[in-house]
Amino acid sequence: MQVSRDKLLEAYRSMKTIREFEERVAKEFATGDLPGFVHLYAGEEASAVGVCSHLVKSDQIISTHRGHGHCIAKGCEVGPMMLELFGRKGGLCGGKGGSMHVADLSQGMMGANAIVGGGPPLACGAAMTAKIKKTGGVAVTFTGDGGSNQGTTLESMNLASVMQLPVIFVFENNGFAESTAANWSVAGGDIVRRAEAFAMPGVQVDGTDFFAVHEAAGEAIDRARKGGGPSLIEVTLTRFYGHHQGDNQSYRTPDEVRNARESRCPLVNFRRRVTEASLLDAAELDAIDREILDQMDVATAAARAAPWPDAAEVLTDVYVTY
Amino acid sequence: MARKLSMRQAINEAMHQEMERDESVIVMGEDIMGGLGVDWLEGDAWGGTQGTTKGLGPRFGRDRVIDTPISESAFIGAAIGASTTGMRAIVELMYVDFLGVCFDQIFNQAAKFRYMFGGKAECPVVVRTQIGGGFSAAAQHSQCLYPIFTHIPGLKCVIPSNAYDAKGLLIEAIRDNSPVIFFEHKKLYDAETEVPEESYTLPFGEAGILREGGDVTIVALARMAHMAMEAAETLAAEGIECEVIDPRTTSPMDEDTILESVENTGRLVVVDESYPRCSMGADISSMVAEKAFDSLKAPIRKVAPPHTPVPFSPPLEAAYLPDAARIADAVRAVARHGS
Ligand SMILES: Cc1ncc(C[n+]2csc(CCOP(=O)(O)OP(=O)(O)O)c2C)c(N)n1
Ligand SMILES: [Mg+2]
Repeated sequence: MQVSRDKLLEAYRSMKTIREFEERVAKEFATGDLPGFVHLYAGEEASAVGVCSHLVKSDQIISTHRGHGHCIAKGCEVGPMMLELFGRKGGLCGGKGGSMHVADLSQGMMGANAIVGGGPPLACGAAMTAKIKKTGGVAVTFTGDGGSNQGTTLESMNLASVMQLPVIFVFENNGFAESTAANWSVAGGDIVRRAEAFAMPGVQVDGTDFFAVHEAAGEAIDRARKGGGPSLIEVTLTRFYGHHQGDNQSYRTPDEVRNARESRCPLVNFRRRVTEASLLDAAELDAIDREILDQMDVATAAARAAPWPDAAEVLTDVYVTY
Repeated sequence: MARKLSMRQAINEAMHQEMERDESVIVMGEDIMGGLGVDWLEGDAWGGTQGTTKGLGPRFGRDRVIDTPISESAFIGAAIGASTTGMRAIVELMYVDFLGVCFDQIFNQAAKFRYMFGGKAECPVVVRTQIGGGFSAAAQHSQCLYPIFTHIPGLKCVIPSNAYDAKGLLIEAIRDNSPVIFFEHKKLYDAETEVPEESYTLPFGEAGILREGGDVTIVALARMAHMAMEAAETLAAEGIECEVIDPRTTSPMDEDTILESVENTGRLVVVDESYPRCSMGADISSMVAEKAFDSLKAPIRKVAPPHTPVPFSPPLEAAYLPDAARIADAVRAVARHGS
């Protein structure tokens, strides 16, 4: 699949924004000023961006507890995201959600989700809306290897298949669910094999290769838009941080993590591919890098300086108050 | 010499001792050892997200300390099935908020067997689960939800407020032949009390009187029991003596201890961290209104969060959760009434 120069620049910017956002969040979390739980997406950028670069605003995605990358890839703004993570006024969810619940419905981002398996049924619903209204829209649900074993996920795959819904099940297999290895928890070994059981097309792609993800997602999304029903994409990748910040990662060797950063980095791979093929030049990528770092400085400073939400906000946005 | 343990350690010790004593006791859940599928790893990778199951795997082996995939409906159901056929499973539902993906197995299956099968089945399962706010863990990781379980006939509900109670009540739960839901407030894991080394049980349906006083009765569970004690200290300095009662189990519920106290004080404040509607606060208030109406000198006051999900932002969560100051205000209002 040919990718235009503009699209390539956009994809790089998006992946790099995710990376620097996560690196910054790791740093800020370590200061103790960033409340709650955070689960970082660093190392997995090509999955979110490879998929979302085919989507338009009205297409819907649903994410997981590891949601920052999907948010950015689907167009959520970094400033309000950072405000949300710090629990401040002006955050994308007004400070009521935090890292595990960042959402922006105006961008077709139906939320990070702190219940493993919470997303797939909702994506079926979003796909139903698109199908009933004949919008040509699609829904994408991102799920982990661990989440692939949740009943709601498996029921959703069956539902989507029998109802021929325009939904794409993206399984981000990073090898672990918390400390439990996917090679144990996923019966059958590869998640992609489950596609056949549910009578939908499935592919497994290398998640460090933006182009592979992009191509696979393009086919699945195109098929869904044309009424061809659901697809499954298993993306294999490596998370660069622990399950959550604070995880001691006793189940991985220090080398494993270090090597992954060197050999399994989607950004390094992308940069090498596009510069070697003379599609983009290093200088323009460097310029993007600098811009993004500045953007993170601005977003972080703004979040730290922002006021807290008013206590009265506790009582807003509920259907019934007593 | 009196030995101190945290609630985390007390819970851990209770499981160690019961697994040692009874071979039919097994432990199940996600990452309770951790590291499954990592060949070179020895011992616990995690020992549970809170370390409550640490050491069980190395001591008793993976046959009895069973890590599971993220499939709550299946593995909690399996724990229930195993417990109906000769095992005593202690199964961990990591956070009570995850009940949504497995509730059928608990409330339609485990809770019903004995009655529905005409007394021919027992289901000695224990479901251990984390509750409560205070960590900015937001709407899907901060709930209490114990009223939902207390509502179901056939389930016993245990909500310890300290390490000593937790050990005795957990051992009781493991030996009990009915399904028990054991709620652990995540803000209490590090709180220490004296805990005897030997095994002991505390009976269900027997409230703890944390403090005696003749002016106002405060009933409070789990973390709220500590808030109530803090309020009681403040109020004592003002000349208001509170009796603080920790029910410890909501099913069965020790009605007598609460009623006797209210008969003496004539004034009741119920503190509850769960949502205010159909809550333990509402349940205990209605019980007292029904059975001790003539003793009451003031309207019963409930202290609870507002009827909203739990917010993320620290100042919002602080405004949301009941605290000692709000409890003290409620007690003052009740104490003033009619005097
Ligand atoms: C229903 C439910 N069960 C358990 C959890 C606790 N939990 C949060 S993330 C996680 C592991 C998820 O692993 P995976 O799906 O592979 O996603 P990853 O973290 O690797 O991105 C678990 C067990 C939860 N949030 N919801
Ligand atoms: Mg995973």
